[in-house]
Amino acid sequence: MIARLMVLAMAVFLVAFLVTPESFAGLFRPLTRNNAPAIYTQTGLLSLTLSHLWLVALAVTASTVTAVGLGVLVTRPAGREFLPLARTVTSVGQTFPPVAVLALAVPAMGFGAGPTLVALFLYGLLPIFENTLTALSTLPPSVVEAARGMGLTRRQQLWQVELPLALPVILAGVRLSTVISLATATIGSTVAARTLGEVIIAGLLSANTAFVVQGGLIVGLIAILIYEGFQLAEKAAARRIGLAPQH
Amino acid sequence: MTDLQISATGGTAGRFALSRTGLLFAALGAAGLALPLVQFKPNRIVLGDALWLPGALPFGWLAAALIACALFAALPQRLSHGLRLALAVAGLVITLASLGLAAKGLMPEGNRMARVAPAAGFWLLFLAFALMAADALARMRPGLKTRWAVLAGGILLVGLALGSGLLDQTSVMVEYAARADLFGRSLRQHLLLAFGSLGMALVVGLPLGILAFQVPALRRAVLSVLNLLQTIPSLALFGIMIPLFGWVAANIPGAAQLGVAGIGIFPALMALFFYSLLPVVSNTLVGLTSVAPEVRDAAFGLGMTRGQVLARVQLPLALPVVLAAVRIVLVQNIGLAVIAGLIGGGGFGTFVFQGLNQTAMDLILLGALPTIFLALIAGIALDLSVEALSRRGRSAP
Repeated sequence: MIARLMVLAMAVFLVAFLVTPESFAGLFRPLTRNNAPAIYTQTGLLSLTLSHLWLVALAVTASTVTAVGLGVLVTRPAGREFLPLARTVTSVGQTFPPVAVLALAVPAMGFGAGPTLVALFLYGLLPIFENTLTALSTLPPSVVEAARGMGLTRRQQLWQVELPLALPVILAGVRLSTVISLATATIGSTVAARTLGEVIIAGLLSANTAFVVQGGLIVGLIAILIYEGFQLAEKAAARRIGLAPQH
Repeated sequence: MTDLQISATGGTAGRFALSRTGLLFAALGAAGLALPLVQFKPNRIVLGDALWLPGALPFGWLAAALIACALFAALPQRLSHGLRLALAVAGLVITLASLGLAAKGLMPEGNRMARVAPAAGFWLLFLAFALMAADALARMRPGLKTRWAVLAGGILLVGLALGSGLLDQTSVMVEYAARADLFGRSLRQHLLLAFGSLGMALVVGLPLGILAFQVPALRRAVLSVLNLLQTIPSLALFGIMIPLFGWVAANIPGAAQLGVAGIGIFPALMALFFYSLLPVVSNTLVGLTSVAPEVRDAAFGLGMTRGQVLARVQLPLALPVVLAAVRIVLVQNIGLAVIAGLIGGGGFGTFVFQGLNQTAMDLILLGALPTIFLALIAGIALDLSVEALSRRGRSAP
């Protein structure tokens, strides 16, 4: 209960801060020196936040569709040959540092939102794919057997039985990808993508801690809120398939 | 699963069935051959002329034909995994040699401005053969020892490719030669950042995890603070460390003498340390709580004290889980240490961000490739260690 109230308080604070950042100037004033501005005003914080979220949403949606599609493909008879390769690629691929992936996307895509989107997309694929694979390959055989016994076609089995059963685990993968993408998107500002990283980098360049803290604060709060939101969705999905919610 | 594979793909089509993964690698490789192998640039900034493999080096047609043969030969379903691996390694060697020879032939004598950079064709060919090797290895289901040997072999191969001078005229190596000293220093800084922060996290995190295990009332508080730290984006955490430790160094007597500073490597080290705490503490906790109560009771029954049970029974049994945390932290910190380059903390990030500022691709590669290589080795080596440890734990409970 207390946890839920705290999350609510965070959400209220975040919205209030984004809508009227200037009214919180007093909070950040102690972090500035030599009368530097306390609130970043070059670009509106709200518009940067929306652009940041848009970028993450776009990348994570693309990763989810691709990763779940690939996960389904390699667990079907026609794609099973790719399973060992898929496992190796996901485990090795996740050791690639996100910053390095981002930096390598620049020469291929130029500066701006493009390379950030590509890096977020590629990096987001792996956790979702891994979880889809785990979920689909560890379904209780009796359930799949029963579905076949009921005369469901393969397509019906997939949509009505396998995917709903796998949903909580897949959602956990999407949550992980989203949280990683939120943080990695800030680094996108070093390659001129419009994200909240712009505020932090402006703070680093002008030695203005207030900017660094408010940029970090917004991203951190959003990460917590999204994390909590996904956990609610995972619990709902688990309840739907009759699993006791895992506290 | 193997039976399923055969019945699904090979059983009916017989001797001439094609491997589906082989088709994928062949498609990737064909695209690689169709795209330019290298870019010849009069200087490091401009986009240069594209050169295809057949025209980029003497006997280029031969190299292209050999690569096509290797891709083709790996197509049949029935090919043994060992042979497929050999084809993949041969393909990798030919691809790398082509790049090196193309650069040697194209670089004008005494011109320090020109660059021969690997282009899309090279990367696709490299990807195709690397995936082929990974596929063959995964299907061989090698044991632990073989996998250690493969890791060592891979490192040796990279060392040979770089040490032989074959690639010396390629753009990345030219950039390296121009700043060999700085590269050495960046490597040392990068390792110090990654391993130093890991060491500090273990020194602080292990006792903290044990404490949280012994005092359940502390658990929630400790974990929620560490979770909160984790949500701060890396860029901001690195940025906050600078004024924070600048203030500490200036205002707390003796701190500056101990090496605390708001500039240089120290703030970056502390940021990585804070990120590392959560995995270490939570895995220590999970490892200790997952020791079966019967085991603990048996130890008490033998007359061990609480301290002895912890040191001789619970901690050794928790070791694989703790080592898994070391893997997470090390791989994560090798990657995050790149950000240190943005706040003057050194490491390979220096090259990455310098390269991004100057839009110099080769400089970005000089920072990014060693970082990826280090993270890869650390990840694989620690995965193998975790597996070895948990196997030993299972066979001798």
